[in-house]
Amino acid sequence: MGFVIPRAAFNQIIETLARRYRLYAPVRKKGAGRFLDTDVIMYDEVTTADEIVFDAKSDYAFKEALTPLSEVLFYFTEATTQEASFDNRPLLIFARSCDMHALKRLDQIFLENGPEDVFYQRRRELVNFVLMGCANSFDNCFCVSMGTNIAPDDYLFSVDLTAEGVACNVQDEAVAALFKAYGEETADVVPAHVTENKVKVNLPEQVPFSVRTDPLWDEYTVRCINCGRCNFVCPTCSCWSMQDIIYTDNGNVGERRRVGASCMVDGFTDVAGGGSYRKKNGERMRYKVLHKIYDHRQRFGINMCVGCGRCDDVCPEYISYSNIINKVYDASKEGE
Amino acid sequence: MGHLDINVGKLKKNAFRYSKVRGETASRVRIPGGVIDAASLEKVVEIAEKYGNGVINLTNRQGIEIPGIDLEDMDKVNLELQPVIEALNINQTQENGGYPASGTRNIIACPGARLCPFGCYDTTAFAQKVDKEIFPNDRHVKVAFTGCSNDCAKVRMADYGIIGMTEPQYDPDRCVSCGQCVDFCRRRSVGALTLVNGKVVRDTQKCIGCGVCVVYCPTRAWTRSEEHYFRIVLLGRTGKRNPRLAEDFIKWADEESTLKIIKNGYAYIEEYIDPNAVEHKEHIGYIVDRTGFEKFKEYILKDVQLSPKAEVAQNIYWGGKHYDSF
Ligand code: SF4
Ligand code: SF4
Repeated sequence: MGFVIPRAAFNQIIETLARRYRLYAPVRKKGAGRFLDTDVIMYDEVTTADEIVFDAKSDYAFKEALTPLSEVLFYFTEATTQEASFDNRPLLIFARSCDMHALKRLDQIFLENGPEDVFYQRRRELVNFVLMGCANSFDNCFCVSMGTNIAPDDYLFSVDLTAEGVACNVQDEAVAALFKAYGEETADVVPAHVTENKVKVNLPEQVPFSVRTDPLWDEYTVRCINCGRCNFVCPTCSCWSMQDIIYTDNGNVGERRRVGASCMVDGFTDVAGGGSYRKKNGERMRYKVLHKIYDHRQRFGINMCVGCGRCDDVCPEYISYSNIINKVYDASKEGE
Repeated sequence: MGHLDINVGKLKKNAFRYSKVRGETASRVRIPGGVIDAASLEKVVEIAEKYGNGVINLTNRQGIEIPGIDLEDMDKVNLELQPVIEALNINQTQENGGYPASGTRNIIACPGARLCPFGCYDTTAFAQKVDKEIFPNDRHVKVAFTGCSNDCAKVRMADYGIIGMTEPQYDPDRCVSCGQCVDFCRRRSVGALTLVNGKVVRDTQKCIGCGVCVVYCPTRAWTRSEEHYFRIVLLGRTGKRNPRLAEDFIKWADEESTLKIIKNGYAYIEEYIDPNAVEHKEHIGYIVDRTGFEKFKEYILKDVQLSPKAEVAQNIYWGGKHYDSF
């Protein structure tokens, strides 16, 4: 069902929805950037439409709603444990096409990779989506190459801010009833999507083993500072570490926490006995890139990377991951 | 050259130099904060070619000196300087009269937050703001602004050194214990952070507000405080008698108080300057050596409303080399 409604009406619909759902959307955090007076766009709960940033790509991804950066799972003391409280109100997440494709990858990792992860699952069951259309490609996007430029259908409604008003493709009956109070149904609204990006990548069908030892990775041992920003902003990176914390003022009490982890950051491959694999940043880069465009596909049939380009946006060392994909493609052809 | 009859005192106060080359002078173009628009710089070039000897001297205090000017051409140079003075928004006592007063020196600023990743405030803007408040002034005072504790502007050599600070804000829910802030604080700064039970603890006494943690945190667990803070250091100097570095006066000062403190110093100078000082000039630091810091502090803190966060030094003891008292 298509609707084109005035912005004021749209704002009211969002306010109504905020009473039914926790709305989770990209917002501008003023001054929260690395440098003075630079902003960051990241996800947070909103109650009004005006808080939502529609005209820019978020710097950090929606995944924090499903896999928080830091989360207490339970508390323990002596013989008892107690689960941490959990907010089970339904969530409505504003996301773009690439993000919705990323959800599929997160589902594969947490729900289709052996036993389900209950901490993911309990959140996943609460989640609904609003699709934010992309009239234009942003910097560094390469969704077309990754085949993620057209969103899967499972959203309640889509949003495109157009000159004529807010254009929405409404799929959900209950939400449609809300829209009908504000305007006539129009024949068709197709969510905006891009058909071409400035950045294009070539994906290797097969990555021969020789690529794993190719000198192309050496450059990144020098250039990459293993900060892990590329992982923390990625909508498909989902690694975490478990921490058992014993409170300092009472050794009989503590909590189990899980926090985000990054395959680029020191400590990721540390094992008991002091061992550590992938010490060089070039090796970490190889692991990350091949995981994103090859290894995940080997197991799940689709590439993990969705081409949002956030890693390129954020890298403080101006390392372009999409450029590395193309290098891997060339090296794979040579290695055939 | 005809019969030169020049009032040297007036010449100096008009920002021209008394040169060792008889009959010549140099025009001193004061550039508060060290930022000049390209068109004004072109004008400076033009003056150097037309009236000077074709070279331009970049001064230690971010100004420009145009040497090789005939003493007779001073009025013409002043006329040509007018658009530059206007573009730099310099307080002037007489239109077309050139720069008034050269006692208080050009206010220095490092690039600060306009360019530098570590800059905690817009140093140039603050320098220009203070310039508007204290110029023109014949008293010998040096003010310098630097964006962070790296002190690239070497404000510890100035009478008033202003060092930018931020108070790091920590959101434990965004922290993933990667330890990068701890590591970089230790390696690039003072080592004020430790990881305790997977979260970061900041030693607030040790922390110098440099913002290194904010720059390096990959998840935005550390962000800058909305307020800009300043460390004010006082009375550093070079010179013959007792060169020394400026010492800490206030940590976590606010902008308004900082401005007031700099302005307040002039009333103190008027009251206590040595009436027999050579050329009526006495560096403020030497005056304080005579009266004691307490008096100076009383004057500069007049009507200053510091926030409760500000830590004010009770007393200050300067070091440095004493060549005058063996
Ligand atoms: S690629 Fe860039 S963002 Fe990723 S770890 Fe290296 S330096 Fe950090
Ligand atoms: S850098 Fe950020 S995420 Fe890493 S330990 Fe420090 S505060 Fe936590």
